[in-house]
Amino acid sequence: MTTPPPAVQFLATDGSFAPSAGSDEYLPYIEALSDEQHEQFYRDMAVIRRFDTECTNLQRQGQMALWPPSHGQEAAQVGSARATRAQDHIFPSYREHVVAKIRGVDLMGIVELMRGTTLGGWDVNDPKNGNFHGYTLVLGTQTLHATGYGMGINFDGAVGTGNPDTDTAVIVYFGDGSTSEGDVNEAMVFAASYQTPTVFFLQNNQWAISVPVSTQAKVPLYLRPRGFGIPSVQVDGNDVLASYAVSAKHLDDARNGLGPSYIEAQTYRIGAHTTSDDPTRYQNDEQLAYWVARDPILRFEAFLKNKGASEAFFKDVEAEAADFAADIRHRTLELPNPTIDNLFDHVYSEPHPLVAEQKAWLANYEASFGGDK
Amino acid sequence: MAVEELPLAKAINAGLRKAMRDNDKVLLMGEDIGTLGGVFRVTEGIKAEFGDKRVLDTPLAESGIVGTAIGLALRGYRPVCEIQFDGFVYPAFNQITTQLAKLTNRGRGTLRMPVVIRIPYGAHIGAIEHHMESPEAYFAHTAGLRVVSPSTPNDAYWMIQESIESNDPVIFFEPKSRYWPKGPVELDASASPLHASRLARTGTDATLVGHGAMVTMMLQAAELAATEGVSLEVIDLRSISPIDYTPILDSVTKTGRLVVCQEAAGFVSVGSEIAATVAERAFYSLQAPVIRVSGFDVPMPAPRIENLYLPDVDRILEAVDRSLAF
Repeated sequence: MTTPPPAVQFLATDGSFAPSAGSDEYLPYIEALSDEQHEQFYRDMAVIRRFDTECTNLQRQGQMALWPPSHGQEAAQVGSARATRAQDHIFPSYREHVVAKIRGVDLMGIVELMRGTTLGGWDVNDPKNGNFHGYTLVLGTQTLHATGYGMGINFDGAVGTGNPDTDTAVIVYFGDGSTSEGDVNEAMVFAASYQTPTVFFLQNNQWAISVPVSTQAKVPLYLRPRGFGIPSVQVDGNDVLASYAVSAKHLDDARNGLGPSYIEAQTYRIGAHTTSDDPTRYQNDEQLAYWVARDPILRFEAFLKNKGASEAFFKDVEAEAADFAADIRHRTLELPNPTIDNLFDHVYSEPHPLVAEQKAWLANYEASFGGDK
Repeated sequence: MAVEELPLAKAINAGLRKAMRDNDKVLLMGEDIGTLGGVFRVTEGIKAEFGDKRVLDTPLAESGIVGTAIGLALRGYRPVCEIQFDGFVYPAFNQITTQLAKLTNRGRGTLRMPVVIRIPYGAHIGAIEHHMESPEAYFAHTAGLRVVSPSTPNDAYWMIQESIESNDPVIFFEPKSRYWPKGPVELDASASPLHASRLARTGTDATLVGHGAMVTMMLQAAELAATEGVSLEVIDLRSISPIDYTPILDSVTKTGRLVVCQEAAGFVSVGSEIAATVAERAFYSLQAPVIRVSGFDVPMPAPRIENLYLPDVDRILEAVDRSLAF
C-alpha cells in the first residue's frame, strides 16, 4: 500500500484518541463536541449503512434500476455534513446519501431516482430539504454550479459580515475520478478569481469505477488546488471526528469571507461503484483488507465504547437502522409509476407549443386503446 | 413614439442596459466583455454604467462561464453569458445540454433556469476557422432550450429583453454580419412575442423562410425576383425553437412553394425540420417539393472561398426557379 499518511487524524484505527501532527488548529472543534453529538455521528453512519444494504438488496430484487452504495465513505460524509450550518448550500455528486439525510431530505427522493420513477427527487427550494441541491450524474459539473452559487452569495454580501446565522458557505462533493474533468479545474479557477465561499470536498475513494487514482494524478490530489491559489488539506476520511473538524474549520473560513478551500478526504469504496459493477475484477484482497481494517463505523464504535457508551445505545441504533430500512423497503414497493404528465410538463417552465402538441397526441393515442388513459 | 436608428450591435447594447436597469438580478458575464466591451463591442460601456459586479470579465473558460451562470441562476440571478464566437461554444456544450437544458425538467417545476447565452454566429465577415459557423441545430435539437435569432436592430433590441425575461434558458444567436448596418428601433413599442415569426415581405408565387443574416439575403432575392415579375413572400423565423409554424403553413397554403434558406450545413438542419413539417402538414398545398438552400456538408471553409460555400442571392433565386419550374 502506498497511501500517504493522512495529514489530519484524531482517531487511530483502533479508535483511540491520538491527534496527528498538524491537527492542532482543528482541535478546538473536537473539544467543543458533546457526547450527544458523538452519538449522533455514530447513528448517522450506522443507519445509512443499513439503508445502503437495503437499497442494494432492492436492486438485486429488481426493484431499482441501479444503486450506488456509500459503504466505507460514511465518516467523510457524516463529518462534513454535520459541520454545515442551516443556511449553507450543498452540491452533491450522486453518492452522498447520508448528507441528504442529515440536511433533511426524505431519502425516498434518492430511491425514486434510482428506481427510475423520476429524474429529480426533491425540491431544493423547500426549506425542509436543507439547501441540498440535486444529484448530478455528469461528473464535475456540479463544482461549477457550486462556484457560481458562491459568486451569487458574494454579490449578495452574504459572507464576512460576522453574523454566524446568515454568512453562507457552499460545500461541493466530488470524487477522485472527477478531479480529471475540466469542469472541476475550471471551478477552481473561478472560485479563486472570485474568492467564492466554496469548500471543495473531495472524497478520494481510490477508484473511478475500475481505474485507480494513480491514473488520475501523480501527486497527492490535495496538492493540486494549491496551484490554483486555493488552500487545501488532506484528512483521514474514515475518521468522522477529523472529517467534522476540518470541514467545520474550512466552512467557517468560507463564511468569514476567506474564500475557497479544498479538502481531500482519504477513504475507500468498500465494494462496488454501483450495483452494475464487479469490483472483484480490479480490487485486490490485500488492499481491501487494509481498508476494511480502517472501517469508519467500527473505528468510531471502538471510540465510543472506550468513552463508556452503553450497549443499550448500540442496540437502539441498530433498531432504528432496521426500522429505517424497513420503511424504505415498504415505501419503495408502493411507489407509483410516473404518468404522461411527468414526461412533458416540466421540460420548459413556460408554455411550449411542440411539447404541448406531443403531449396531446400521446394522450389521444393512449386513449385509443380504450384503457383508463 | 421614440424611434432611433441603431446598428444591431448597439440595439442589443441598449436592450441589455434596459434589462439591467429594470432588474438588478440581471448580470453579464463573458470573455473581454467588460473593459473592452466585447470583441464586437456589443457590451461597450455597460461595465462603466453598472460596475464590475454586474458585468464580469470572466476567466477564459466557456464551460466555466455557463456552469457558474447555472449556479448564479440557482441563487436567483439572471445571467446573460457571451460566447465570444460561434465556434468556441463547444467547451460549454456539456453544461448547456446536460445541465442548463435539463435542470427545469429534473426539478419537476421547482427550478427555473433564466440564463441567456449570446452567440455571435455566421459568416460573411472574412474570418478564419471557428469564427464563421452556424451551430444552431445542435441547440434546437436539445429539449429544454429555447433558440432565437434576430435579423433586425428592432428585433434585437426587444428579443434580448424578452430572452432575459424568459424563465427558460435561451440561446441567442446574433448574426454578426448584421451587427453594423443601422435600422429603426422603436424604443417604446410593445414587443412581438419572442417566439413569433415575422412576415418580412408579402408575395404570392413562392415562400422563402430563414433567419438571421439570411433574411436580408432573402429580401434582396425577393426584390430582384420582383423585377422579373415573380412575387416572393419572405418569413423571418426569429425563433428556431420553438418554430412558429402557423404563418409558414398559411403562406405555403397560399403560394404552394417553399424554399428554406440557411447558412448552416443542410444535413439534419433547421431547414430540414421545416421541410419535413411542411411536407407533413401542407402536403396537398404544395405545388413543388420543398427546396433547401444551405451550406454544403463540409467544414466551414477558409474565408477566401467562403463565397463558394455560402448561400447567396443567386443560389436562392436558382432554387426559386427550380421550384417554379417543377
